[in-house]
Amino acid sequence: MGMDRGDGRNPNQMRPLACSRNLLHRAHGSARWSQGNTIVLAGVYGPKAGTRKGENPELASIEVIWKPKTGQIGKQEKEYEIILRRTLRSICLLTVHPNTTTSVILQVSWLNLQSLLPCAINASCAALVDAGIPLKHLAVAICCGLTEQGSLILDPTKIEEQKLQAIANLVFPNPPTSVIPKGSSTSAEEPFEHGIITSVTHGAMPVDDYFNCLERGRAACSKISEFFRKSLQSDLPDNASKAS
Amino acid sequence: MAANSSLEIDGDMEVDAFRRLFPLRYYEHYLGQSVRPDARPLAHARETTISLGPVTSVDGSALVKIGETTMLAAIKLEVMTPAADLPDKGCLAVDFYMPPVCTPNVRPGRPAEAAPVISKQLSDVILSSGMINFEELSLISGKAAWMVYLDIYCLNADGSLFDAALLSAVAAFSHLKVPLVSVNDNGRVTTVTGELLESKSELELVNKERRKLSFKSLPFSLTCLLHDKYILADPTAEEEDIMDTLVTVVVDSLGRLVSLYKAGGVVLANTSTVKDCIALAKRRAAELHNILVESISEMEVD
Repeated sequence: MGMDRGDGRNPNQMRPLACSRNLLHRAHGSARWSQGNTIVLAGVYGPKAGTRKGENPELASIEVIWKPKTGQIGKQEKEYEIILRRTLRSICLLTVHPNTTTSVILQVSWLNLQSLLPCAINASCAALVDAGIPLKHLAVAICCGLTEQGSLILDPTKIEEQKLQAIANLVFPNPPTSVIPKGSSTSAEEPFEHGIITSVTHGAMPVDDYFNCLERGRAACSKISEFFRKSLQSDLPDNASKAS
Repeated sequence: MAANSSLEIDGDMEVDAFRRLFPLRYYEHYLGQSVRPDARPLAHARETTISLGPVTSVDGSALVKIGETTMLAAIKLEVMTPAADLPDKGCLAVDFYMPPVCTPNVRPGRPAEAAPVISKQLSDVILSSGMINFEELSLISGKAAWMVYLDIYCLNADGSLFDAALLSAVAAFSHLKVPLVSVNDNGRVTTVTGELLESKSELELVNKERRKLSFKSLPFSLTCLLHDKYILADPTAEEEDIMDTLVTVVVDSLGRLVSLYKAGGVVLANTSTVKDCIALAKRRAAELHNILVESISEMEVD
């Protein structure tokens, strides 16, 4: 790990994480997730009655609205919305509130778009927890970059991103502390938290490097989910009083 | 059981009803025997055809059919002034259209939700695969370069839209011939058509002959559907509706992984599944490459 990065981090080091919840008074749940100076604010409204036309009324529906820092939403934001919606759908227990819609609204509050998608996924996940939406598990997201020299770095910044040959945004579930029900999708040879929920890559890379990304990403995600768990537990009493 | 006896009496009708009422169980019956209702083995893609040059008014076009999924791609080139920071490079604009004819889910007046996402993915994949050498699209450094408009129309959406769209884009690019251009007295760059070339042969041509682009590599994609432990290659729209975990793998002809796209879904993909999907995609890429080469050589014979 001799190579140092522009901001003095080592290749395996993420930018400092911070997560605060229950910031918005009118929203049912809200959270702000920051990774260095990438900050995303997420608000959750719902479950509201009724689903949109064309959705399965026997399940809860999730709606994601992406608000960029400035300007109109374009194709990029539309893509983010779809990725987020599908990712959140897969972690929510959709059968608990059938025929309802839960809106997740994301406000990007920094112009630099570095590792934006992972940050948004983590933020919306924290906001869903804050709103008390029933989840199967958390989704923990990380961005891996592959440099021109073929080495991997975690959580690249904007300046680093331009020099990378490929980027992989990966989302994994957090490891469960309780007993996993038998017969779920876990395979014998791999633990549950190694399953990929979402993978979005940019740039061509050798296949082996993708698997290296997966390994690094899993290691980093277990750290992030530890942080997640700690930060969720820290304001647990506060939440209990809110519920009563 | 009652259901079983009636199944024997009026088999066809009952199977059809069962398929509509319990689609997932209907599919699981088939999957358990490693076959799909359309008689394909799980890992097989549908029959694929490419026809080059169906649209004559553009510079390059292709019509691709993967099973029932039909895509029409057309490329139009226009001369533009390149951006100041990239004086030697052309530019690419990708648009993907899903008109209401292609599927019952798209209503007139309301654009399909999937369309902007697919067009974004397409331009990402085409750019990141490095397939096109944008310097090749430069005419006069800093003054003129080609603007490439790639438009893809979905004529029939029956699953694996991205695969068909990417294949049609690649086919249209390999059919593309860069037209001749000349600089007139006012310093404007104009395209030279066939008749003009014969009448005024003293025109100063910027490029010598109508040429094809050279490609560093060609990207090909395969969408796999995950359900339990099964991997279904190249799903139809019905399969995509019933089982919702899709993994789209794009590999290029150099064997690199251009994109691995999975957005949520019930099934979590573990390493062995991902490996299987990539292996399937590589096999499919070789197959598609052959089909493409064949259709190009067929066209050249004509």
